[in-house]
Amino acid sequence: MANEVIFHSIHLPESWKLENYLKVGGYDALKKVLAEKMAPDAIIEQVKASVLRGRGGAGFPTGLKWSFMPKNYSGDKYLVCNSDEGEPGTFKDRDIIRLNPHQLIEGMIIGGYTLGAKAGYNYIHGEIWECYERFEAALDEARAAGLLGKNILGSGWDFDIHAHHGYGAYVCGEETALLESIEGKKGQPRFKPPFPASFGLYGKPTTINNTETLASIPYIVKHGGQKFLELGIPNNGGTKIFSVSGHVNNPGNFEIGMGTPFSELLKMAGGVKNGRKLKAVIPGGSSVPVVPGEIMMDLTMDYDSIAKAGSYLGAGSVIVMDDTVCMVKALERLSYFYFEESCGQCTPCREGTGWLYRVIHRIEHGLGKPEDLDLLESVAGNIMGRTICALGDAAAMPVQGMLKHYRNEFEYHIQHKKCMV
Amino acid sequence: MLSTESLKKIDREIAKYPAGQQQSAVMSALRIAQDEKGWLAPETIEFVAEYLGMAPIAAHEVATFYNMYNLQPVGKYKITVCTNLPCTLMGAESAVEHLKRKLGIGFGETTPDGKFTLKEGECFGSCGDGPVALVNNVRLCAKLTPDEADRILAGLE
Ligand SMILES: Cc1cc2nc3c(=O)[nH]c(=O)nc-3n(C[C@H](O)[C@H](O)[C@H](O)COP(=O)(O)O)c2cc1C
Repeated sequence: MANEVIFHSIHLPESWKLENYLKVGGYDALKKVLAEKMAPDAIIEQVKASVLRGRGGAGFPTGLKWSFMPKNYSGDKYLVCNSDEGEPGTFKDRDIIRLNPHQLIEGMIIGGYTLGAKAGYNYIHGEIWECYERFEAALDEARAAGLLGKNILGSGWDFDIHAHHGYGAYVCGEETALLESIEGKKGQPRFKPPFPASFGLYGKPTTINNTETLASIPYIVKHGGQKFLELGIPNNGGTKIFSVSGHVNNPGNFEIGMGTPFSELLKMAGGVKNGRKLKAVIPGGSSVPVVPGEIMMDLTMDYDSIAKAGSYLGAGSVIVMDDTVCMVKALERLSYFYFEESCGQCTPCREGTGWLYRVIHRIEHGLGKPEDLDLLESVAGNIMGRTICALGDAAAMPVQGMLKHYRNEFEYHIQHKKCMV
Repeated sequence: MLSTESLKKIDREIAKYPAGQQQSAVMSALRIAQDEKGWLAPETIEFVAEYLGMAPIAAHEVATFYNMYNLQPVGKYKITVCTNLPCTLMGAESAVEHLKRKLGIGFGETTPDGKFTLKEGECFGSCGDGPVALVNNVRLCAKLTPDEADRILAGLE
């Protein structure tokens, strides 16, 4: 079931243009919704039936999230798309925007209709300027064709979408930091509750979804939730785009059915580079615990299977490491990232991420002490669950995963002041 | 303080947001100001704040929070290289060493002729093309081997 839902047309020339999207049935789902005046609840039922789970990392059921939006609210409501994709290992939303922006726009319009939103914003990661420009151009095309803006397709219903360009802050991928950022503030996450469905953008009810989540909506509306579910496995509906990077021959994005064996995905990515041995895999983006290669080879790519192995599917960002990788060095780089990107609002994260980095840095540079490993575990354990947003957990989990599976490499580093590999 | 063309671009950004929410355009406005001036001097930030009707401190908070703003003058070409784990696994170290040697500068430094600034970056969300570099915040360069780095430098006049 490769490239069934989102990447179905990316092999065609200029797949990002409106005329080419229309040729492959683009905007048919929106036309159906408006022509049949589909009831929002009926759409939500289909999304629930699809078992689509949020593709931004947390895997929250999208249909359920949509049902949290107040129905009879008289003021403005908003839909926000999260294309801030800054988690190391993740680069799927970029390709959705680059290669099939209209399917995202169509998904956002249907989402806006279903949620009764007045407008939608797409928050696009700072470093992918060309994608931002392409998305703006796609919005212009949609407006000119009467698919977006006032009186969409003659239905009398108005809805517009705007792109908001990020400027380099990983934490803005967290949904409430993202809302602050759209409001023109520094991106510090909000305390919850209240949740965005009651107090979101400009204090109005707001739904935030990932790019891939929203780009899956047209398929679900067109073919029905059941058909989407069947592309995957029970409790893990649909296809998923996996971003594969690191030590593989053919890095890139692969849209495959949920539940596909990891070994098959690895084969699609050309196998381990230079025929080396697979050492370890970070299966869901830099924030999730590492999984040793031999365990990974027995897993399937879905939320439940990866969770059973003590990690998370996250955003489906697969970082492959061969047997030349020193885990101390790998963790040092990741820990630097969280230290650099902590917004500084919560003490455990602000202080803890720097502390973790400094201790791992000294181990990597031959200055580690035997008690450092317990110290790392204690600091990581004291960040977990003690911060406003999950960036703290994201910094702690890689440390815990590495110490669980590769403690011996850290001990070796401390004892011998050099790498084991 | 800013050209009419820049102000026109800022106005286009303001129009994306509901009436009275023009502060939402501050990130774009600062980017547009930086594109014109090369970097964000305190008075540039304050001009933007005034233009959007927000407190100067609030605009300073934004400019100092997001790391693509240049709070100091930079070279004609700012080259930001991602060194995060996926890019490092895919060869960022040799590209960075090469760039540092060739330009004779380290991260955070500018060549004496004012042409190049080198910066270490965090994930650009493009790991499949790693290692990646970004020129002047807009041009993404993929698969940055030392040879590719030479080719890019040669093309920057
Ligand atoms: C530090 C941090 C970074 C995040 N980055 C992203 C991101 O880049 N893209 C994304 O969609 N979700 C990201 N999330 C998750 C969002 O907060 C949110 O759960 C998601 O956008 C909801 O959409 P979904 O239900 O469709 O997945 C991040 C969360 C945290 C704590």
